[in-house]
Amino acid sequence: MSNRPPAILVLEDGRTFRGDAYGALGETYGEAVFTTGMTGYQETLTDPSYHRQVVVMTAPHIGNTGVNDEDPESRQIWVAGYVVRDPSRVASNWRSQRTLDEELTAQGIVGISGVDTRAVTRHLRERGAMRCGVFSGELAEQDPKTLVEKVAASPAMAGADLVGDVTTEQGYVVEPIGEHKFTVAAYDLGIKSMTPHRMAERGARVHVLSASATLEDVLALEPDGFFLSNGPGDPETTEESMVPIVRAVLDRRIPVFGICFGNQILGRALGFGTYKLKYGHRGINQPVQDRATGKVEVTAHNHGFAVDAPLDKVSDTEYGRVEVSHVCLNDDVVEGLKALDVPAFSVQYHPEAAAGPHDAAYLFDRFADLMATAKNDEKGEG
Amino acid sequence: MPKREDLKSVLVIGSGPIVIGQAAEFDYSGTQACRVLRAEGLRVILVNSNPATIMTDPEVADATYVEPITPEFVEKIIAKERPDALLPTLGGQTALNTAVALAENGVLDRYNVELIGADIAAIQSGEDREKFKRIVEAIGETGLNAHSARSVICHSMEDCLAGVDELGGYPVVVRPSFTMGGAGSGFAHDEAELRRIAGTGLALSPTTEVLLEESIMGWKEYELELMRDKHDNVVVVCSIENFDPMGVHTGDSITVAPAMTLTDREYQELRDVGIAVIRAVGVDTGGCNIQFAVNPEDGRIIVIEMNPRVSRSSALASKATGFPIAKIAARLAVGYTLDEIPNDITQETPASFEPALDYVVVKVPRFAFEKFPAADSTLTTTMKSVGEAMAIGRSFPEALQKALRSLEKKGSEFTWVGPVRDKATVLAEAARPTDGRVNLLVEAYRAGASISELHESTKIDPWFLDQVLLIHETACELRDAERLSPALLHRVKRTGFSDKQVADIRNLTESVVRELRHSLGVRPVYKTVDTCAAEFAAKTPYHYSSYDEETEVEPRGKPAVIILGSGPNRIGQGIEFDYSCVHASFALRDAGYETVMVNCNPETVSTDYDTSDRLYFEPLTLEDVLEIVDAERAAGPVAGVIVQLGGQTPLGLAQSLKDAGVPVVGTSPEAIHLAEDRGAFGRVLAEAGLPAPKHGTAFSFAEAKAIADEIGYPVLVRPSYVLGGRGMEIVYDEDMLHDYIERATQISPEHPVLVDRFLDDAIEIDVDALFDGEELYLGGVMEHIEEAGIHSGDSACALPPITLGGHDIKRLRVSTEAIARGVGVRGLINIQYALAGDILYVLEANPRASRTVPFVAKATAVPLAKAAARIGMGATVAELRAEGLLPREGDGGTLPSDSPISVKEAVMPWSRFRTPDGQGVDVILGPEMRSTGEVMGIDADFGKAFAKSQAGAYGSLPLKGKAFVSVANRDKRSMVFPVKALHDLGFEILATDGTADVLRRNGIPATTVRKLSQGTGPDGEPTIVQMIVDGGIDLIVNTPFGVGSRLDGYEIRTAAVQAGKPCITTVQGFAAAVHGIEALQRGEIGIGSLQEYADKINASRAAASDPARAAG
Repeated sequence: MSNRPPAILVLEDGRTFRGDAYGALGETYGEAVFTTGMTGYQETLTDPSYHRQVVVMTAPHIGNTGVNDEDPESRQIWVAGYVVRDPSRVASNWRSQRTLDEELTAQGIVGISGVDTRAVTRHLRERGAMRCGVFSGELAEQDPKTLVEKVAASPAMAGADLVGDVTTEQGYVVEPIGEHKFTVAAYDLGIKSMTPHRMAERGARVHVLSASATLEDVLALEPDGFFLSNGPGDPETTEESMVPIVRAVLDRRIPVFGICFGNQILGRALGFGTYKLKYGHRGINQPVQDRATGKVEVTAHNHGFAVDAPLDKVSDTEYGRVEVSHVCLNDDVVEGLKALDVPAFSVQYHPEAAAGPHDAAYLFDRFADLMATAKNDEKGEG
Repeated sequence: MPKREDLKSVLVIGSGPIVIGQAAEFDYSGTQACRVLRAEGLRVILVNSNPATIMTDPEVADATYVEPITPEFVEKIIAKERPDALLPTLGGQTALNTAVALAENGVLDRYNVELIGADIAAIQSGEDREKFKRIVEAIGETGLNAHSARSVICHSMEDCLAGVDELGGYPVVVRPSFTMGGAGSGFAHDEAELRRIAGTGLALSPTTEVLLEESIMGWKEYELELMRDKHDNVVVVCSIENFDPMGVHTGDSITVAPAMTLTDREYQELRDVGIAVIRAVGVDTGGCNIQFAVNPEDGRIIVIEMNPRVSRSSALASKATGFPIAKIAARLAVGYTLDEIPNDITQETPASFEPALDYVVVKVPRFAFEKFPAADSTLTTTMKSVGEAMAIGRSFPEALQKALRSLEKKGSEFTWVGPVRDKATVLAEAARPTDGRVNLLVEAYRAGASISELHESTKIDPWFLDQVLLIHETACELRDAERLSPALLHRVKRTGFSDKQVADIRNLTESVVRELRHSLGVRPVYKTVDTCAAEFAAKTPYHYSSYDEETEVEPRGKPAVIILGSGPNRIGQGIEFDYSCVHASFALRDAGYETVMVNCNPETVSTDYDTSDRLYFEPLTLEDVLEIVDAERAAGPVAGVIVQLGGQTPLGLAQSLKDAGVPVVGTSPEAIHLAEDRGAFGRVLAEAGLPAPKHGTAFSFAEAKAIADEIGYPVLVRPSYVLGGRGMEIVYDEDMLHDYIERATQISPEHPVLVDRFLDDAIEIDVDALFDGEELYLGGVMEHIEEAGIHSGDSACALPPITLGGHDIKRLRVSTEAIARGVGVRGLINIQYALAGDILYVLEANPRASRTVPFVAKATAVPLAKAAARIGMGATVAELRAEGLLPREGDGGTLPSDSPISVKEAVMPWSRFRTPDGQGVDVILGPEMRSTGEVMGIDADFGKAFAKSQAGAYGSLPLKGKAFVSVANRDKRSMVFPVKALHDLGFEILATDGTADVLRRNGIPATTVRKLSQGTGPDGEPTIVQMIVDGGIDLIVNTPFGVGSRLDGYEIRTAAVQAGKPCITTVQGFAAAVHGIEALQRGEIGIGSLQEYADKINASRAAASDPARAAG
């Protein structure tokens, strides 16, 4: 709106979009990515996987239902910057507590509104995700050339180790809902709060661990299952940190489940490579096929990297046979791994949803079944 | 899993005539489905009684039956064609009900026909309210937020009265089971209303069943469109939010896609419930539509209903998202799964995804209350709108304002000019949902109302109210700005304002605003509907405008032809015009042009993204069209713009487009003016020596009176430049004339009134012809069954004409050619004649495609609209004959003598409307068109064809039983013969005493019944109205006489409509009906496909042009 100060979105390759300030005034840098979800901006903003990313919303109207204290997926907003077309002036929902504009300002999130978000999206689709900066208020008045230089000087996503920024300082426990059936050790690499909740619904006591937790910390819990969460950054940076822990867990045949970043880490632990997608998958409408059943689930995605595993055959790894269990029908990207000889599986997408459809919630059942089977086997053996 | 190989042929049932609640969207769905099934190699057999559809084009199916959609006729088709399967989910409620009837009466089993797309159990679970309620309750018990409104099922009025007590009192909602478009439903606030609404509902429901439920008025209303395949993959194609809260039928609501005021958690709850419902109901392959009410206080979800078939909303959702639901439903029905079907638009991703929108779609309904002045204009749960416009914008305000101007109705756009009433008055008025309530929101803001006051009054979500407030504030800023800066103008345009609105607010002219805007470089860009919010590249150029930064129109090499469509359906301008536009697109694509369609009607085939090479989903205003022309000129050469085929909407733009330097092809704007201007046209007729009824143009009452005095009463009066006979009346004396001028017109120098001599007892004739400047091709001559004075759109007609001789045809040909030449037509012309006392009067000429073009094309097996488009681009009749698009020799005036007779019958929307006090509206025909659609009956002779037309329009004519006859004095003579014939056919004739006497004197025994005014007799003898209501009369003939809104016989006719019995209101129609009954009684009425009829006509034509071969 005209009564907002000016703002400018500057892409690494020099393309700029002028608009109006949104949220806090200032400057911010990050990787420009777009997400196509039409609902769930509050979950998106608070998803730690978006740390250091400037998120472009393709849905034009943002903020319509305001902000409440029930829907955030973590303790704070993580996006580095926010690009929208038409921010709502009012919040209209019975659960709303304040407007999104107020929330962004309070959390110091620099955003821009009124830009042709479709043009930005098409640009990112054609040229790939890239660094960008958002400058608002007086900072937007600078010479665009200077701004492009500033963006070029900001850190890139490839090679970024961001887990330390987002993980919980202290471990905490999510208690099971109903009867306690399992104990899960869950690494918070940027975990969303819906994830332990989904496990708790299935009788798991979830020990959410800081990313700095050691293998000994994990084993001390005598967990029935081991969980690797989603999170931001380049999975290659976990080679020295998480990957050895996962391999140790696999050696002990503790059931493993990974989501998103966790899928990439499990993939690397199993010996596969990971790579950066041109512009990633971010949205809540992605068709993923479960290759065992042929069924298609509509799923929530938020990933810029993917696992490089063969689709056409079962791979032999150090941990036995591993197959690609799920694939994205849009572009054949690997969306899930399943180890056939050790109790481990993972998916690249978000079965916990929030935001997104609940089609893949069965994967939490699958994790529970895996833990139950492992427990029975143990009893049998013991 | 690929498609089923065991299916070789499939019968598709269409939806029949366009009626309120079941309109052109089913032509769009059915056409898509037929094309897909043929592409899959199946033999497609189609039945649809509506000739104005693309789906009944002979190319679309292998065997096309334009026959009544009744179980009897469909059984005959099944017996003849022996299809492997029946697909009933694409033809609306009509097709579904017919399929259920055929399953229940054993026909499908007997002929071993498999129902595909939905099974009987699923249809019944979806449509039977009691079963559906149990399904929803079971879903709720699994922990999902799914509830039913508390309700009771009733089968009698006693049940209803008890039910209200059970629900805790009034108001309650009444919903009859198994009716389409919510027919017969409504809110009852007290016992009188309950008795009326539930009484009608019980009568309308085929199972004599109504549901009473707790009122959830004012809740938020949503719809989801879902698809499911045989592997149980389910996708939600689209969410739709109603701007108008619960209480207004979704067809009458302003609706928005995607949903705007739901958090993800709430949306996912709807999605989970929707998926649970489609599974529980058991729609295995195909689409369904589910409606929800959400309590704005706590989010409690009530599942209102589901349609286990493609619906009006699915057509809207397809256009809104680019996801072709009907096409995919057809593929699923023959065995594919969603992941096996590619997304047409990206071509690289599968259909097993959920479209993401980066724009906002707004649909607004178009009403026709002006045609039914007695009807209650309050919007309820019974659908009353006759059409809709859809608009796409990058924001809600942009889309809403574009949609409102797409309605092409005076006052449909927001205005800031003119007086404002006081706030309390406006707020009170806004509480009643009506056509145009959205405009009251702006008036309320102008009067100083707040969002919360408006929310209190209307229950519209505050988010929407704020968006309208934003529009209002932008208008105020525009009004108060010292000068129009580029930034301000850009923001104003971005908020959806038209140049015209800007002009009104700034007190400028529209053209000045346009010039200023262009000089400031404030121009729209064209974005693409791509199903995926730009995540993948779109291969389909389906565009909409927005005031944004980047345009996506691709350059092209081939010359383009831009075809302007007909906008929202309305009475007088419906699907027939879309038919012609679609044909033009096909013909010109074949002729090497790149075709560009512009239209804003989501129900149509023309707005299917694969009908034309490019589609602009845009309003049909001068501003919007000029911008598209500029955008396309920037993309490549533009050969011309076609305005002749979309009815009055594009025709009205012709001159302005030409003035702006746009090449208008076909008949020139000057020629259009020549035909439409009374004086100029009169000179054309005079030069050709053709008589027209005496007439004059009046600019005041005094002038009108002088003209009427001179030519003598009765006279026909109407405003100039109208379509569909708007405001046309027959006036019998000076008082009526005075009343008409006072009431019905805003007479002024720009808007004169035309006064014509009314030709009593004349035969009216319609002619459609092609003219290329040299040669005339007489497309068809239609003889009306009703006399002149009944609007041609409401009159039944026969082709070839049943009583005209060769001499008459010759005269018609000479006159038509003289007019076409005199006016300067290049393409189609439609002329209406009246034959009175052996003089052929010219009533009017329209230099454009007419409503009857598709009917003529189907009756004569000639693609008239395609030929017209080609002539518009410069082809001659001779060339088209040589090419084979037109018959080599002869034309519609020289049809072979063994040609079948086709009868077109109009379908009227009487049962949809009620007066505010709950009475039915009168059902008489007049010079103002009020029909919503039409059917065609085709057979070897008139009686059979007429009987079929009646069966298609209203259900079959009775074969026996009681006929009640009551006619105006002037009709008493002409009534005697047909009544005698009816009696001879075995009918018992009933009449009130006067008429009964006349009949007895003529040797026809007639039973005397009591008039309504006589009341119930001393021994409880019922009045005729009571007898009709009770269903005791099988055929009602009542020709009205009198003036005003309550003509004599009003109660009789409305009772007939209520009882669902045939009610004939002209003597000519009565005679034709007797003819039809006789044919029905004589025995077997057969069926025939259009392809068979065409083969026969073509063979006879060939034989006639090659006598040697004929002789051999």
